[in-house]
Amino acid sequence: MNPITEAELHAFVDGQLTPERHREIEASLAQRPEEALRVQSYRDQKRELRALFDPVLDEALPQRVLDAARPRAPWYTRRWVAGLAIALISGAAGWGLHGAWQAASSPAGPLATAGFAQRAAVAHAVYSPEQRRPVEVDAAHEDQLVAWLSKRMGAPMKPPHLQALGYALEGGRLLPGGRGPVAQFMYRDAGGRRLTLYVSNEIGELSSPSASGARGVNRETAFRFAREGQLNVFYWVEGRFGYAISAEADRAALTEVSSEVYRQLTTGGTGG
Amino acid sequence: MTPDDQQLLSWVPRLRRYARALAGNRDDADDLVQDTLERAWAKSALWRGVVDMRGWLFGIMHNLHVDGVRRPRLATQSIDDDTPEVAMAPTQGERLAVLDLQAALDQLPVEQKEIVLLVALEDMAYADVAKALGIPIGTVMSRLSRGRERLRALMDGRDPPVRLKVVK
Repeated sequence: MNPITEAELHAFVDGQLTPERHREIEASLAQRPEEALRVQSYRDQKRELRALFDPVLDEALPQRVLDAARPRAPWYTRRWVAGLAIALISGAAGWGLHGAWQAASSPAGPLATAGFAQRAAVAHAVYSPEQRRPVEVDAAHEDQLVAWLSKRMGAPMKPPHLQALGYALEGGRLLPGGRGPVAQFMYRDAGGRRLTLYVSNEIGELSSPSASGARGVNRETAFRFAREGQLNVFYWVEGRFGYAISAEADRAALTEVSSEVYRQLTTGGTGG
Repeated sequence: MTPDDQQLLSWVPRLRRYARALAGNRDDADDLVQDTLERAWAKSALWRGVVDMRGWLFGIMHNLHVDGVRRPRLATQSIDDDTPEVAMAPTQGERLAVLDLQAALDQLPVEQKEIVLLVALEDMAYADVAKALGIPIGTVMSRLSRGRERLRALMDGRDPPVRLKVVK
């Protein structure tokens, strides 16, 4: 038999030898008490290290670690977002919002999507209190609404149907976005509370520095959540479109609506 | 969430276990985990090309740890943590042995400690350790050998420093 090297002794301890060599070394250790002792000692080390640190596996994860495990922008964009947020607070205040903008669970989407969600929130705050003209084209003329918005947005703009979740379509309007037109659909529940869906097609150009090889198309669908006072916003990017759903509904309700909207948009079904 | 998002989350407990052993305390360890995850997200465009996600993540943690790129440490302590930092083994004799192990571990040079821990905690193949740490496999073996032998000497009390923790 070949002599046992130091590396092989460790590989024996760690079970990283071929079965044949493992048996050879096992047999020869019976004749070498000193090395057998070392092997035993190294095995004890491993066992004790596991005993000492394995309990960490069962600990509840700290919030900051959980947050870091979720999709987020690289640190360098986050600093920009922080700067942007300050600028937007002043802008938002001018629109009658108050308080600091904050993205509740995910402090930063990519720069462009964070700004996008902010614009969606402002648009919601501006138009949802309207009693007389909440929309430009009402739901009674949905065909016209679809034709008009689709033409201006350069892509089919069919509002999702959310009756099953208690929201009836009121209509929609066209708004200026960061670079081009944006569509806003307005919904209303039985209690008169409004929910808006804000759709922008400028996201593909603005976001996702990571989408290499897929020029202008954001391949990630990551739901993000932001809050301003009572207003909650769920937003995500799918293909070259950004979607934001805003309402003064709780997060769970909004998640449900967002899932349904996402489902209808991706399957083309209307579900409700 | 995409599968990759879930995959990253699934590695977090093991990253925390290794970081705890490496850093020696909970707050520093979680700083390290947090930085590692942030770095992983920043490089998420590379995920599709990563075959061994574990090796990739532990490699990131290694780089952050040895380069000292971690954020300046704030003097904070977890106050909501009623979990003991050190797992207590059931009997008094074993408990002392375990405490000694922690003390001995802290006296290993970091390059030996990393390898001893990756092999012990992760059961990582030597070739994977070499790849994660960016060193030749021969270096892995010699550091593993020296680290284990030193740990054994410390545990056996053949090296005085560890006995500073001797209980009167």
